[in-house]
Amino acid sequence: MYLLIGIFFGIILIKSEVSSWYRIQEMFRFQSFHMYGVIGSGITVALIGKWLLRKLKIRSVTGNEIVAGQKKYHHGLIIGGILFGIGWGLTGICPGPLYALIGKGIYPLIVIFISALAGTWVYSFFRVKLPH
Amino acid sequence: MSLSEFISQPWPWYVAGPLIGLVLVLLQWIDNKPLAASSSYRHMCAVIFPAKIPFLKYNWKAETWNLVFVAGIFTGGSLATTILNHPSNIAISNETVQQLHSIGLKDTDGFAPLQLFSFAALQTIPGVIVMVFGGFLIGFGSRYAGGCVSGHSMTGISDLQWTSMLATASIFAGGIFTTYILLPLILKLYQ
Repeated sequence: MYLLIGIFFGIILIKSEVSSWYRIQEMFRFQSFHMYGVIGSGITVALIGKWLLRKLKIRSVTGNEIVAGQKKYHHGLIIGGILFGIGWGLTGICPGPLYALIGKGIYPLIVIFISALAGTWVYSFFRVKLPH
Repeated sequence: MSLSEFISQPWPWYVAGPLIGLVLVLLQWIDNKPLAASSSYRHMCAVIFPAKIPFLKYNWKAETWNLVFVAGIFTGGSLATTILNHPSNIAISNETVQQLHSIGLKDTDGFAPLQLFSFAALQTIPGVIVMVFGGFLIGFGSRYAGGCVSGHSMTGISDLQWTSMLATASIFAGGIFTTYILLPLILKLYQ
């Protein structure tokens, strides 16, 4: 099931071009509505859909109550967010689209994938010393 | 318009956006799952090289769904290109093309410029900075922030979490700084 949803998501990421470096450049330069339209309408549909699931007290397929995720404040939201933003600005790639692009056959991006794994590992290593 | 032309068209935002919203609702409905992509990097680190780091010592087997999900993204990317035959060039705005040329980018073909994203680019300083350092920051930053665009901007905001809005604002601050200040400087490093 998750494989199918992933395939569906991967197809969207390519067909909508949100995984393209150029589209990200356009977005950060505010020269196209495309990215804002995708993200904005995606959030809106998700917001309404998930609200309905809770409102109608629909249970999950696995039989649990539907609950909204809770994310507590920590300094990483700002520091990590900015660092991630710099990485996104440089590579034009988010962790999800990276898989789709390598699947698309842009193999040099495997270098970015390995670097991202290294970044994740280094964060994990220094986590206790970083402000949270 | 022939069928193959119809299939190979890029999808406009009002098609793609709601479909992504649907993915979020599906994941929530199946088992309260977030749209999470960056977590998969943590799971892979935990599987491959946990090195007794507490943050990498957890029951990653309970997160197998996430690894299966990203394997799906990989497959989807492949299918979109082969079966759905996506055009290789992106029709971006002329203003962006001009600005990219003016900061030293030679061509604007493909999904990403080969000048920065190719094995040959790794023999240039800008190529190394963008691919290696940029990739590192994607992994480091997303884990530090506790999510990326999918986890915070999509999942978090649609759950009305103000912390995710803060993270999204920070991500944009970093991205805009990079676009206007960092990237032009890096592109000056070509010898």
